[in-house]
Amino acid sequence: MANWAGGSIPHARNLAIEMSVELKNVVKRVGAETHIYQTSLAFADKGFNVLLGATGAGKTTLIKLLAGLEKPTSGQVWIKGRDVTRVNTQRRNISLVHQFFVNYPTMSVFENIASPLRVSGLSRAECDRRVREAADLLKLGPMLKRRPSELSGGQQQRTALARAIVKESDLVLLDEPLANLDYKLREELRDELPRLFAGRGATVIYATSEPTEALLLGGMTATMREGRVVQFGPTAEIYRTPSDLTAAEVFSDPPINTAQVTKAGDRITLNGGVSWSASGAIATAADGDYTIGVRPHFVRPKAATDGLVRLSGKVLITELSGSESVAHFALGDRAWVSQSHGVYQFRVGETHEFYMDAGKCLYFGSDGALVA
Amino acid sequence: MSRIGLSKLSHSYIDTPTDAADWALKEIDIEWSDGGAYALLGPSGCGKSTLLNIISGLVVPSNGRVLFDGRDVTELPPEQRNIAQVFQFPVTYDTMSVYANLAFPLRNRGVSEAKIDARVREIAEMLELTDMLERRAAGLTADAKQKISMGRGLVRQDVNVMMFDEPLTVIDPQLKWTLRSKLKELHQRVGVTMIYVTHDQTEALTFADQVVVMQDGEIVQIGTPVDLFERPTHTFVGHFIGSPGMNVLPCEVREGAAYFHGRHVPIDAGVGRPGEGARLEIGVRPEFTRFADDGGVPVTVVRVSDAGRHRVVETRAGDTRINLLTSESEAVPEGEAHLEFDPAHTRVYVDGWISEAA
Amino acid sequence: MATKSDNNRAWLFVIPVIVLVAFNAVVPLMTVVNYSVQETFGDNVFFWHGLGWFEDVLRSERAHAALARQLMFTFTILIIEIPLGVVIALTMPRKGVWVSVCLVLMALPLLIPWNVVGAMWNIFALPDIGLLGRLINSMGIDYNFTQQPLAAWFTMILMDVWHWTSLVALLAYAGLISIPDAYYQAAKIDGAKGWAVFRYIQLPKMKRVLTIAVLLRFMDSFMIYTEPSVLTGGGPGNSTTLLSIDLVKIALGQFDLGPAAAMSLIYFLITLLFSWIFYTVMTKDEGQ
Repeated sequence: MANWAGGSIPHARNLAIEMSVELKNVVKRVGAETHIYQTSLAFADKGFNVLLGATGAGKTTLIKLLAGLEKPTSGQVWIKGRDVTRVNTQRRNISLVHQFFVNYPTMSVFENIASPLRVSGLSRAECDRRVREAADLLKLGPMLKRRPSELSGGQQQRTALARAIVKESDLVLLDEPLANLDYKLREELRDELPRLFAGRGATVIYATSEPTEALLLGGMTATMREGRVVQFGPTAEIYRTPSDLTAAEVFSDPPINTAQVTKAGDRITLNGGVSWSASGAIATAADGDYTIGVRPHFVRPKAATDGLVRLSGKVLITELSGSESVAHFALGDRAWVSQSHGVYQFRVGETHEFYMDAGKCLYFGSDGALVA
Repeated sequence: MSRIGLSKLSHSYIDTPTDAADWALKEIDIEWSDGGAYALLGPSGCGKSTLLNIISGLVVPSNGRVLFDGRDVTELPPEQRNIAQVFQFPVTYDTMSVYANLAFPLRNRGVSEAKIDARVREIAEMLELTDMLERRAAGLTADAKQKISMGRGLVRQDVNVMMFDEPLTVIDPQLKWTLRSKLKELHQRVGVTMIYVTHDQTEALTFADQVVVMQDGEIVQIGTPVDLFERPTHTFVGHFIGSPGMNVLPCEVREGAAYFHGRHVPIDAGVGRPGEGARLEIGVRPEFTRFADDGGVPVTVVRVSDAGRHRVVETRAGDTRINLLTSESEAVPEGEAHLEFDPAHTRVYVDGWISEAA
Repeated sequence: MATKSDNNRAWLFVIPVIVLVAFNAVVPLMTVVNYSVQETFGDNVFFWHGLGWFEDVLRSERAHAALARQLMFTFTILIIEIPLGVVIALTMPRKGVWVSVCLVLMALPLLIPWNVVGAMWNIFALPDIGLLGRLINSMGIDYNFTQQPLAAWFTMILMDVWHWTSLVALLAYAGLISIPDAYYQAAKIDGAKGWAVFRYIQLPKMKRVLTIAVLLRFMDSFMIYTEPSVLTGGGPGNSTTLLSIDLVKIALGQFDLGPAAAMSLIYFLITLLFSWIFYTVMTKDEGQ
């Protein structure tokens, strides 16, 4: 597992962009518990950054450290080339949008959006112009006179986002802002979010627990698990080439399928018995035992093309998501998952055949690191 | 266990409703068979919770009747309907042990302790609560508490129907799928009629044999998960089920054929003769849309989002947005491109509703 | 960078509180401790007396009797006020226009100053001119709280119940309305009847506020002085001389500062001990 103690910043170091939001050797301990192990991370300046990890991975703690709501036990937080570790939240010029819809209940939508401008000493006309611009972007134009309690959840969160936009802060922190919305609203807002902040000169950091959301948002992603940043880089790149098994597990929903395989010459044999010929980078790797990781969409219930490896197993659980079908099945002593387009109705308890695209397997060495 | 019938049901929270928007539920007719698994699916405010409350007896409908096995129960209060309900937020009796919680509905009905014990242990086994039977309900995790709420319904053998009102709202995302599949398994084991209310398509489709999709107090489709995906009968269903939702293209109909921007679009079956001034649309899912060499609908590629397992390509034909899904390996053209639709999954909708061949 | 002082400046705001607490609690308490171990005859002349006053107080029958009366009073009003407050809260409407009417009516007794309450009840209960006193006597019961110990106790308790039950009721009501509807619906569906609903839903959900109510009422009634002092002045005889009244008699009436200080400290420790016991018992199974 890649733990970047000591402050090396892989991937990001190679990117020729100025880094203006940075964590330097940050550690956060509360009592005997370590919430964040030593972490150094330089976010993409004026770009979209995603923190991806399950509940309890430390995303919210990182957000709070960046916001100044919590102070690191050791290490520093830098924003725009300035050490802000000891600077109060009020003086950091940041915006924060929570999972819960936080608005001033007694103010109208207009006043809510205008609230960050009140202290800035802008002229009324300029204030008005900015509020209306943000409201239009977020489709709140007709609601400006209403109170937050008269709005739907989606509109309430749009109001909170509009507030973050008018403020024109250096750093926008979004802590699972879509988690409490109906999924259609989530889809809609997720679609708009990267566009909303593009070209505004703010560095955006977005925490989510959903891998698909991270992918669709694009930009850069830091995968996190148990208080550590596992990998950081361009989102699609780290999805396709995870640094190790942990990074692959964090960045997979449904969970990535794993199994033990043995490579001997150009044959790769799965624990259960099926085998296939090694192709690509694994062909030149040393013989021996490996762990494979196969994403669920490379394990399908139908043989669409030739050259697929046939697996069979008892169906344990099925799930339908409207346009996709997921089946969990037993493969040896492990539970594997297949994900496919369309609606398939599997019968739980029956044995079903699945076809794996062996060319898409990721191979991990005994230390967990990606081999091929 | 029983058949549930809703006959000419409508409800308004206003005493004297004047226009259509005053009705929380417009005329609803449903016949659910004994032992089925059903879901009420729709966005917030579609009337699904009102419908649920009418079935459980918390709300008396303005018009129409609720029938359990043909018996009119419209006016009966909840406690006389023999129903069980699991709420959005877990309801447990915190001062009691898990065991006492499960036994509570039976003790209230004067069942003998020996019978209670056998039944409680059986249900606890099913729900994987056996290890915590002696613990107090306070301080348990949300998913354990939600299992207890389910268990209090399951212990009773006389239950007509078991209802779930968005039961997974407060469950940790990582645990949702285990509880979701547990529910499905439970239904298969106990065979009680179950009604599941949710706004989440995955929960509804995973759980139910038949899904009732609602919008603005109206039922827009009742169907199996396959029906909803492959043959949405209303553009709302096409939009609401599936991610991204169905593409909806304004069109013209001439002599039973559909035209988009003057170009003929082959469709599944013929189109009936639409009324004068009706809104005509072509509906086709992104899964059944693909790039064509040429000769298809000309579009401009606006954006490509990489979802990992596939790419979502957003294109525009004039003002109309058309999404399609492509595989990871497939090349996506830049700028101008042409699209074609799978005729077997392309349909014409008149005023939102699917048009059948005349 | 000048940012470091930003954080520290916040401490300035705490200083007034520290000063206030020091003058309010620490300094008087130390004075009392000081008195309790010395003997004085005025003129600021003090002699060391060690723990002698404490021994005297702990052996004094007068102090024992006062403490017994104090405990008797406190537990009697707790036994009446807590259940009565809960019952009133249960019968109060949950929604509609009557809610605010009820709340205002309930709050009224709480707004009256203590000495006024004492004076009010003194007149109210007088057998010759008081409304209550006349009423009871007209029913053929011989009632005169200035002469009969039992009548004095009855009046004193009735007065406290009238004055303070509202507080318990309001707290219990706050607990009740915070129970989500789903709990009542679930109970109906589970076939629970009235008593079971109270025992397993309402009471557990009210427990936190009731703990606060019991603590508040215990501390208040255990240290009560003004009302009974105005009402009965500790009489007839010493029958309603509670610990607090006795303390004032010793300290101010006889100017025995040493014994009074020792008694005050013992009094303080007893209050603390009982409060701690109540709190621990009532919250003991919340932790798990």
